[in-house]
Amino acid sequence: MSTRLAQGGRLIDRSRQVSFTFDGKTFRGHPGDTLASALLAGGQVVMGRSFKYHRPRGAVAYGVEEPNALVNLGEEGRFEPDTRATTQEIFDGLVAESQNRWPSLDWDIGAVNSLFARFLPAGFYYKMFIHPRAAWKHLFEPFIRRSAGLGRAPRARDADRYEHFYAHVDVVIAGGGVAGLAAALAAGRSGKRVLLVEQSGHWGGRAVVDGARIDGKEAADWVADAVAALDAMPNVTLRTRAMAAGVYDHGYVLVHERLTDHLADKSGLRQRLWRVRAGRIINAAGALERPLSFAGNDVPGVMLASAMRDYLVNHAISPGDRTVIVTNNDDAYRTALALHEAGLIVPAVLDARPVADGELPERARAAGIRVETGRAVVRVKGRSHVTGVEVGLHVGEGSVLEEIACDAVAMSGGWSPVVHLWSHCGGKLNWDEAQAHFRPDPERPPLGADGTGFVRCVGASNGHLRTGDGIADAVAGAAWATGADAGKAPAGEDADEGALMPVWLMPQGAGVKLRAKMWLDYQNDVKVSDVQLAAREGYESVEHTKRYTTLGMATDQGKLSNINGLAVLSGALNAAIPQVGTTTFRPPYVPYTLGAIAGSAARETFMPLRKTQMDSWHVEQGAEFEPVGLWRRPYSYPRLGETVKDSVAREILNTRKNVGILDASTLGKIIVKGPDAGRFVDMMYTNMMSNLAVGRCRYGLMCNEQGFLVDDGVVARLSEDTWLCHTTSGGADNVHAQMEEWLQTEWWDWQVYTANVTEQWGQIGVVGPNARKVLEKLGGMDVSKETLPFMHWAEGELAGFPVRIFRISFSGELSYEIAVPAGQARGLWDAILAAGAEFGMQPYGTEALHVMRAEKGFIMIGDETDGTVIPQDLGLNWAISKKKDDFIGKRGQQREHMVDPLRWKLVGLETEDGSVLPEGAYAVAPGDNANGQRNVQGRVTSTYHSPTLGRGIAMGLVERGPDRMGEMLEFGAGADPVRAKIVDPVFYDKAGEKQDG
Amino acid sequence: MAEATTTVTVRDLGAQGMVTLRGDLADETLIKAVRKVTGLTVPGQRGFRRGKSGAVAWMSPDELLLLVPEDKAGSAVADLDRALDGQHHLAVDVSDARAMFAVEGPFAREVLAKCSPADLHPDSLPEGEIRRTRLGQVAAAFWCEGDGIWRVIVFRSVAGYAQALLERSARDGAVGAF
Repeated sequence: MSTRLAQGGRLIDRSRQVSFTFDGKTFRGHPGDTLASALLAGGQVVMGRSFKYHRPRGAVAYGVEEPNALVNLGEEGRFEPDTRATTQEIFDGLVAESQNRWPSLDWDIGAVNSLFARFLPAGFYYKMFIHPRAAWKHLFEPFIRRSAGLGRAPRARDADRYEHFYAHVDVVIAGGGVAGLAAALAAGRSGKRVLLVEQSGHWGGRAVVDGARIDGKEAADWVADAVAALDAMPNVTLRTRAMAAGVYDHGYVLVHERLTDHLADKSGLRQRLWRVRAGRIINAAGALERPLSFAGNDVPGVMLASAMRDYLVNHAISPGDRTVIVTNNDDAYRTALALHEAGLIVPAVLDARPVADGELPERARAAGIRVETGRAVVRVKGRSHVTGVEVGLHVGEGSVLEEIACDAVAMSGGWSPVVHLWSHCGGKLNWDEAQAHFRPDPERPPLGADGTGFVRCVGASNGHLRTGDGIADAVAGAAWATGADAGKAPAGEDADEGALMPVWLMPQGAGVKLRAKMWLDYQNDVKVSDVQLAAREGYESVEHTKRYTTLGMATDQGKLSNINGLAVLSGALNAAIPQVGTTTFRPPYVPYTLGAIAGSAARETFMPLRKTQMDSWHVEQGAEFEPVGLWRRPYSYPRLGETVKDSVAREILNTRKNVGILDASTLGKIIVKGPDAGRFVDMMYTNMMSNLAVGRCRYGLMCNEQGFLVDDGVVARLSEDTWLCHTTSGGADNVHAQMEEWLQTEWWDWQVYTANVTEQWGQIGVVGPNARKVLEKLGGMDVSKETLPFMHWAEGELAGFPVRIFRISFSGELSYEIAVPAGQARGLWDAILAAGAEFGMQPYGTEALHVMRAEKGFIMIGDETDGTVIPQDLGLNWAISKKKDDFIGKRGQQREHMVDPLRWKLVGLETEDGSVLPEGAYAVAPGDNANGQRNVQGRVTSTYHSPTLGRGIAMGLVERGPDRMGEMLEFGAGADPVRAKIVDPVFYDKAGEKQDG
Repeated sequence: MAEATTTVTVRDLGAQGMVTLRGDLADETLIKAVRKVTGLTVPGQRGFRRGKSGAVAWMSPDELLLLVPEDKAGSAVADLDRALDGQHHLAVDVSDARAMFAVEGPFAREVLAKCSPADLHPDSLPEGEIRRTRLGQVAAAFWCEGDGIWRVIVFRSVAGYAQALLERSARDGAVGAF
């Protein structure tokens, strides 16, 4: 049993207590405890169960690399699964529950899987569930999903707030250990902008635990002084609980900062995502200790030697009375010495090396600790807790020479530099034989825009595991990052260390029975035997092996398992480790929340909603809205007791009979002005616009270079050198951008200026037989047929409002579109409504607009067009100039397929029974195509119930459609196809008399 | 770190006369016309100049934004057109197209840096410069008019979104980075 010692614990405040629950049971810890340290203090060693075999597991690590101790944290809107107990700080009222166990952590029914472990080898799912195919979906997958998985998915909406913050700095330093602090001090003195981030809540990293000395001071004192000095530098920003998650091109770094995760008071902002642009990036992320692969290395109580030291020194945690140390290097002796100094028993240090005569082993021997070289752990005894170890020769096959009773095992297989941030943008690694790890190759850094490296690893993350070397390396890194002289590096001292001996399998001749109990990836239950099986089955690539065995694919992303796993693979393949290579390091370094990624894009600021000046009026009327681009537009205005379908019909009939009013403010409006403006609009539109007379309007089409129709609208000539181009509601920004692109990149010598004035104007449609009467009543302008004929516009004052009135019609009715400065739009809207009351004026929404345009056979961009339709398909040849030498899309429209006589072309469709054709329905043709699908000869593009005609109307694109008037088509291939006749697309007022008033 | 008791406020400033002027910014006639309308000289790249009755902002190599009193935008356009008659230019009243906000308080810079990828460090964006950038998910421009005093303009249709975003960012407090 683990427990809390009466003395020590540099991070805990013993004067205060913090109370929390784990699986419903109340525990107490101190401020400064993590959930893992507090549980260990309470004797709770088992913290979760593994993914596949449901084996009981305890914390094996101290930090973000922890694979086992994952919990469901919090409740309701603050529930979060897979939270690492090792990094979660405790607060009063914290609620945690263990994961992946049923019905309880102590007694788990899924653990029966363990008994069948030999039937669940690597690739088991792939092999087992491939046949019969249908069974996967209906039988296997649902079962596997229930029995697998870690935490539960949250059910309630996230109760917290998040934000982004953009920072631009010269140097980002990731990691607040002594290397990061030394780099920050040196960089800070250069005057450059420096951001130093540390993922944990504390500065100093390992040095403060391991007892290093810097510049003659205790590491902890040096760290405190360094932080104080950095705090005093205005050009340096310091953050704890801030994890540098990823490095991206152009010096872009994401930093995830946790603000309230460690607090009982959750009222503040929870997390902040820093979006940093950095000139140079210094990775001082340290190194992670590797486990050793011996049988039973996952039994709760087996821990990394450094982690055990952290729990002891930082939180005064005793892992048990008796701890056996097993190692291949000198560093683990620090744990032996620390336990011994705390008054705990270290029955033996089992050192796989034949000789251990470094400073630390000698100190251990001097302290009376039994040191056994050439020894291995053959097997850990105990199921839910370590009870002892069987000891054998490391060079042997597993014969047990001795059993040592113990409560815990501390293991150390050496250290791997944390090179993630170096590797995210392509920094390459070299294999360091002496230290048995991958470290950055300084000749192959990730390259920035200037062709030079923009990331540098320093300290332990660069393979400098000794304090003095690491600090010197960090200061050199600061000089590189700032281009300034960094001055003399602080002098670091620690114990001299002897050479490490690589150990990938313990004992090295272990048979299959032992290998099947040696865990590589704890979270995903991948064992040495699984990786060896993959190699035997032909997997040579480490990337394939990873996916086949799931090695390194858990939430810890293989922080502990990757190097051990690929060493086992290389052993099985008889290839050198650098030949096998590593898997790819991808951001984020540690997973973080979707909430932080979304930032402020939640709730009322989820996305912008563009509103017109009449929007509040629409709301008051109870309008149903629909999105049009980012605009919200009234779809219809249902009255009390009226369905939307009814209100649309009423709006149409009223507009056709009396008069309707439409908020058309969303229409795009672009000014084009200059000596070459005429020439320019002739290029932008398919038809001629340069010869439009001042005071006149003309409908125009815009195509892309491929010839496909992309936008349409009415163009008005405002003056000799100025045109006003109306675009579709969603299209203004794109059209304007297109115009500017052509002007800036191709026709830069043309004298044309454009301005997007969409938002300057509110636009109001007054539509229907009574429209003129309404405007005459408002007064101020002559709107008679003679003075303001169809397709003309005029400027003046209407009821005292400065307006431009366009005589254009999208409904087929007598129609005036009135533009008014947006700030006065609501005033004019109200005035028009008041004046229109006696003429039966009612507002209408976008659906009525759509139906009325369809009744007139007018096309709608996005309905009749889909990016593959040219104007000729839509019978719009009249709007394509034959006189012009060129326009955008002209050449595209001359391509072979565009002039194919069999192209589908626009027609009207009238169902035999008057019903409404289904949207998007295909007209079938005899026979099947090469894929065995029914042949088709056309499709519906717009379909509505027309209240004007009392029947369904539709438009569609049909093969040779205009040549086949009167023919019947069948839509839908089911038992009940709908029959429809090909007709003219203009269903209403073919002669166009009504729009002329 | 700023004190928790201090706050940043967001205020809709209501109507503001605004004129977009496109033309050759090095042209003497244009420079004279701008001075006549605003009393100010044409600022250099990213520059912003404030005078007694107006302001001039550099928007692009061939575009200025003139701030004039609310009721003077129309006459400003007329004055510019008259002064630049016969010369290629575009002057257009955009007063109604925009909304303008005051963002004021000790960490106003940080409020904007939560919303915009522009470099808001005081060394990079001093008083007298403007940025055309994005605010959350919409286009915006902003400039500093003194310690903790900022002006933000956005398109009118997204004024509600912009205000909500700025208020939310202000409410969530200082970052402590600048």
